[in-house]
Amino acid sequence: MIVFENVDKWYGTYHALNNVNETIGKGEVVVICGPSGSGKSTLIRTVNRLEPIQKGRITIDGRDVNGADVNVNALRSGIGFVFQQFNLFPHLSVVRNVMLAPMRVHKVPEKTARETAMDLLDKVGLAHKADEFPPRLSGGQQQRVAIARALAMKPPVMLFDEPTSALDPELVGEVLNVMKQLASEGMTMLCVTHEMGFAREVADRVIFMDGGAVLERAAPEDFFQRPQHPRARKFVADIRH
Amino acid sequence: MQDIIAILRDYGLLLAIGQFPEGPIGGLALTLILALSGLLLSFPLSVLIGVGRISPNPAVARLAAAFVSVVRALPLLMLIFWAYFIVPLIIGQTVSGLTTVIVALVVYETAYLAEVVRAAILALPKGQVEASRSLGLSYVQTMKDIILPQALFNAIPSILNQFISLVKNTSVAYIISVDELTYAAYQVNAQLLTKPVEVYVILAATYFIICFSLNRLVKLVERRIHTSRQAPIAAEAAA
Repeated sequence: MIVFENVDKWYGTYHALNNVNETIGKGEVVVICGPSGSGKSTLIRTVNRLEPIQKGRITIDGRDVNGADVNVNALRSGIGFVFQQFNLFPHLSVVRNVMLAPMRVHKVPEKTARETAMDLLDKVGLAHKADEFPPRLSGGQQQRVAIARALAMKPPVMLFDEPTSALDPELVGEVLNVMKQLASEGMTMLCVTHEMGFAREVADRVIFMDGGAVLERAAPEDFFQRPQHPRARKFVADIRH
Repeated sequence: MQDIIAILRDYGLLLAIGQFPEGPIGGLALTLILALSGLLLSFPLSVLIGVGRISPNPAVARLAAAFVSVVRALPLLMLIFWAYFIVPLIIGQTVSGLTTVIVALVVYETAYLAEVVRAAILALPKGQVEASRSLGLSYVQTMKDIILPQALFNAIPSILNQFISLVKNTSVAYIISVDELTYAAYQVNAQLLTKPVEVYVILAATYFIICFSLNRLVKLVERRIHTSRQAPIAAEAAA
């Protein structure tokens, strides 16, 4: 479904992505991990064109993401993106955050948008917060709203960029539970995360990156028990402590 | 002091509203009208220029930047002269002093307010644009629904500050005989001849009272905005 072919990216002279070749199948849950600065966030940000690439090709269902004929807004509306910092719109109520994109991008009537939004908020356990404003919610709640907001566009694929890294430890579980539920419903998911438990429980595959390159790909159990590449071994040892 | 009271008694109304209702409105009332219309007319323009300054389109960004740098490099008085002599040439008919002043104030104010708008936009977290664009909203939709509502709200204190400086800047209208507060005081002084200190004390005090009160208002609004941004995470929310 998502295919990276010989993807290279530079920030000036800094080689951020180094010849990445990966295929993410439909319904697959793939966890990307690696030390900070390894290029994992950059990689998923290239999928919806938040970051341009200088070489190679990224396709979603065969369509070149960076193709000249691609309408970037239409492309992005079909890819859910969840940020480390949630990035909810603080001036809009929770339900408005979820309703906005369907109304603006898909021209869904307000009433329908509200119904869908309430269903999604119910799904992430926050229907009772619909009329609150985001700054009044805890981090875990904000991230769950952010997931509902992304789901409102009914994307076939969801990208998660360290969705639990900005959360207090006791709030991580509620977000992971929502993500696990999504995975069990067959959502195609690409997650940058260091949550070993999540990776083991729901990921089909772990991709390990360092220095902008994919150094290892393995089943979660193999990766965390028997990492092969020396840097992967060091990384797994480090996150255990 | 007695002189001041006497001047206020004899000329107070003239200083406050000019010859209104028999003649045209003037004095302090006109000063406030000039400042207010200057602000209201320049506001939408400054949003356009401010957004243009950070436009992804380099031609638009350069054009907006050029406007801002040119206007900010000229004294307001220059703009008044320009509007006074050049606007009639362009539109082919004479314009009233009042229109001239408003045009000059709007041009001048737009440049400064545009910078306020630009700064307010740049102060927002980058994630706001990224989140909006990632949902599929266009650049224009993102500006209209996400960025400007937040940026302009945050900019309210700065906008009010600009309004204060605008109130003071209306005094240059005196140079082309627009009958605002300063010009009215100048005329009163010309009639009295012997009381310049008293007349100009009244003038200074009036500007001071208006601007000082507006300043207090800014402080109040700042505090309100600050409290509204405090994120009180309710105990139950954290649970």
